[in-house]
Amino acid sequence: MSARRVRTATAAGVTAAAVLAGVAACSAPGGGGGGGGGTDAVTVGVAQEPETLSPLLGYGKEGNSKIFDGLLTHDARMKLKPALATKLPEVSDDGKTYTFTLRDGVKFSDGKPFTAEDVVYTYRTILDKKTNNASKSELDALDTVKAKDRHGKETVVFTLKYPYAAFAERTVLPIASKAVAGRQDVNTGSYNTKPVGTGPYVLTNWRKGEKLSFKANPHYWGGRPTVKKFTVAIIEDDDVRATRLRSGDLDGAILPPNLAKAYKNSDEGAEKRTFSAKTADYRAVTLPTDNPVTGDKAVRRALDVAVDRDAMVKSILNGAGKPAYGPLPTDGPWFAKGTERPHDLARAKKILDKAGWKPGEDGIRKKDGKRASFTLWYFSGDKLRQDHALAYASDAKKAGIDVKVQAGSREVIRPKLKHDAMLMGNGFPADPDFDLYPTLHSSQIGDGWNNLGYYDDKTVDEQLDKGRRSRDTAERHAAYDKAQKALKKNPGYTFLTHIDHVYVLNDKWRGLTTQVEPHDHGIGAGPWWNVQDWKPKK
Amino acid sequence: MRDGGRRRLAAPVARLVGRRLLASVPVLAAVTFGVFAVAAASPFDPVQQYAGSAGLSASQETLDQLRQNLGVDGPFPVRWWDWLTGALSGDLGDSTALRQPVADVIGERLGWSVLLCAAGFAFALLAGTVLGVAAARRRGGMLDRVVTSVSYTLEAAPPFWLGLLGIWFFALQLGVLPAGGLTDTGSDTVTAGSLLRHLALPALVLGISQVPWFLLYVRQGVADALEEDAVRGARARGLAERTVLLGHALRSGLLPVLTLVGSRVPELITGALLVETVFSWPGIASATVEAATATDFPLLAALTTLATVAVLAGNLLSDLLYGLADPRVALEEM
Repeated sequence: MSARRVRTATAAGVTAAAVLAGVAACSAPGGGGGGGGGTDAVTVGVAQEPETLSPLLGYGKEGNSKIFDGLLTHDARMKLKPALATKLPEVSDDGKTYTFTLRDGVKFSDGKPFTAEDVVYTYRTILDKKTNNASKSELDALDTVKAKDRHGKETVVFTLKYPYAAFAERTVLPIASKAVAGRQDVNTGSYNTKPVGTGPYVLTNWRKGEKLSFKANPHYWGGRPTVKKFTVAIIEDDDVRATRLRSGDLDGAILPPNLAKAYKNSDEGAEKRTFSAKTADYRAVTLPTDNPVTGDKAVRRALDVAVDRDAMVKSILNGAGKPAYGPLPTDGPWFAKGTERPHDLARAKKILDKAGWKPGEDGIRKKDGKRASFTLWYFSGDKLRQDHALAYASDAKKAGIDVKVQAGSREVIRPKLKHDAMLMGNGFPADPDFDLYPTLHSSQIGDGWNNLGYYDDKTVDEQLDKGRRSRDTAERHAAYDKAQKALKKNPGYTFLTHIDHVYVLNDKWRGLTTQVEPHDHGIGAGPWWNVQDWKPKK
Repeated sequence: MRDGGRRRLAAPVARLVGRRLLASVPVLAAVTFGVFAVAAASPFDPVQQYAGSAGLSASQETLDQLRQNLGVDGPFPVRWWDWLTGALSGDLGDSTALRQPVADVIGERLGWSVLLCAAGFAFALLAGTVLGVAAARRRGGMLDRVVTSVSYTLEAAPPFWLGLLGIWFFALQLGVLPAGGLTDTGSDTVTAGSLLRHLALPALVLGISQVPWFLLYVRQGVADALEEDAVRGARARGLAERTVLLGHALRSGLLPVLTLVGSRVPELITGALLVETVFSWPGIASATVEAATATDFPLLAALTTLATVAVLAGNLLSDLLYGLADPRVALEEM
């Protein structure tokens, strides 16, 4: 062998070894066969990937987690029904003690039995200071949780710091396995990527940034799901998602309204169904009371009627949405009828004239030498908020108020919000308290990202307190009606729209529905919120 | 004779490797220190990045607690030192963005990246050499002009743009190759066949973005070699054109390419970063993007160390190959 051949062979060997090492290092994770075409495998495309699959760090806190169950769950109309509990909780007369009786014979997917200890472990771990769960303040009312044996039945007793009517809504939170998660570091352990739950599906594979794969849990206490295989592909780009839906790679996907429209009027549309899910997902402008312009109630009231919400729904949302007059959606059960504020530019001008804001030479109003001008921030890259902000500025200009729209990151925007406005979004459909209290109660002013309007209204405070403490539904309705009426008189934010979430799905299953969806809509939202109950069309 | 030659080479090679290993220690220390300094100066707040959308309805108390738990406060030299001492004892720390130990993140993803880079690199080397030789054979000819001008265009084209173009053409227009991922969406099993189909487009794009450099170097090297006395002599002796071209001209023309192999490694890593993101390839590069935007210190530091090691190793490799290929080069002097 000549020297040259040796070198060539060595080089080739090195390359081959590198390639082989690459292949060997990626021993393929196993899993079921391919889907495609049938009705027992469903593949859907979503835009956002969960950061973790551990309920202890916040996964699935609004229900429909697939892998887990809560004590309670929501039906299609968002009514609570029992899941790991056998019935709705017994609540003590003072509204501070909630007792749940647990279902017998439920097993985690690793075969270990589900017990009251798992419930206690889940809630205690979430509230533990060392647990990095960013949503733990949702359980702020919870004081202690204990397991109790009552006539041979396992029960869990939650004791609250104060009477809290909405607490049962929080117990849709998924229950983790103490036997598995309890032996790991809660913040970085493998439970975050390889969860073990009691739910209708078992995670088979999660390739981050690409997809999550689930298979039906054959021993599910609620009955084995007909859809055997459920795959969630993570596709950030709307156009790529639409293309992969068209190519047949996906059975369903969430799409912006304009892309979903294409399916309605085409041949492909015949095999596909479009779902427009109602939501609590609102967009609003914060009007901080510390700013001399937005702090003037007259300016806030004028802006409230100067904005053309219907035009925003039509042009920005392509009709997939509704005007918003508060955090509660107008077609929801808690909305106070009669608090709608129709678009009325003449009235806006009149309010401003009366309050002493006189038009200046450049068309912008002035009062005592102050220009009616403020800055409105939105998160850079959020096209939907940008569109809302620009439409808002253009409507305000017609009334003689100058709104300067600016983009920025969270880090840039947050320190400025005592003085500047922001285009915000939020929405939790389960209970009116979840949106109203953090947004409007004066105790929440500037607390993290809560109450960014620095809104402080005595009537609203009183009614929100009454609404969250009372257990009587009629009393709660009365309180929230009064709060919404007070908000109409003193609008601390300009609420703009509620946004529908639009999904397109192969029309192969019967009786599909959508729930009223929250602002953050991940795997648990969409028509596949109850994929475990789907049955094929005959 | 051959054994004697090997013995004569072994000692200088070992000494060169040893010297490079020693030199890499301060380099790695400086690079990781730099990463911590840059990340500390980043405008992103690790707590906000960690909390994600839930952070936008979190109370201040929760956010403060997160800040404390994540240990993101304190001067960066201290945090760098903590990280360094931890890493030396084998604990790379935990990734905040991915909620996993850093070692797991690397273990799960490194293989896929190596596979992609190796395939792309092999393609670039092969295509660059073949086209370069062909172009050098008739300088100024039709093929030469086409190949050269396309190369200059490609040198200017960013890999992510090539990636999107590739998806548009092969996945959308022709529908012959998948647009991304490791397997078909409905399937979990990684079979050799589906892996090859999914690897083809990203490796091709990565390879094509590297081809121009090899091609232009080979073309220049071979063309120069064809002018050398030795080659002209070989031709004059009536040796076959094939022997002259491949046996004489290519051999000496390839020498500069060996240097190039080492110096292309950083470009390859940057290219992989973009290509993996475009094709949702579950490799280490896409984790780098995530770590950087989330100011995930431990992951970022580990990945930078990895990239630095790859670059240093690439340089060492090309120096060694150069020494082996050209007897005039003394390894002692490198």
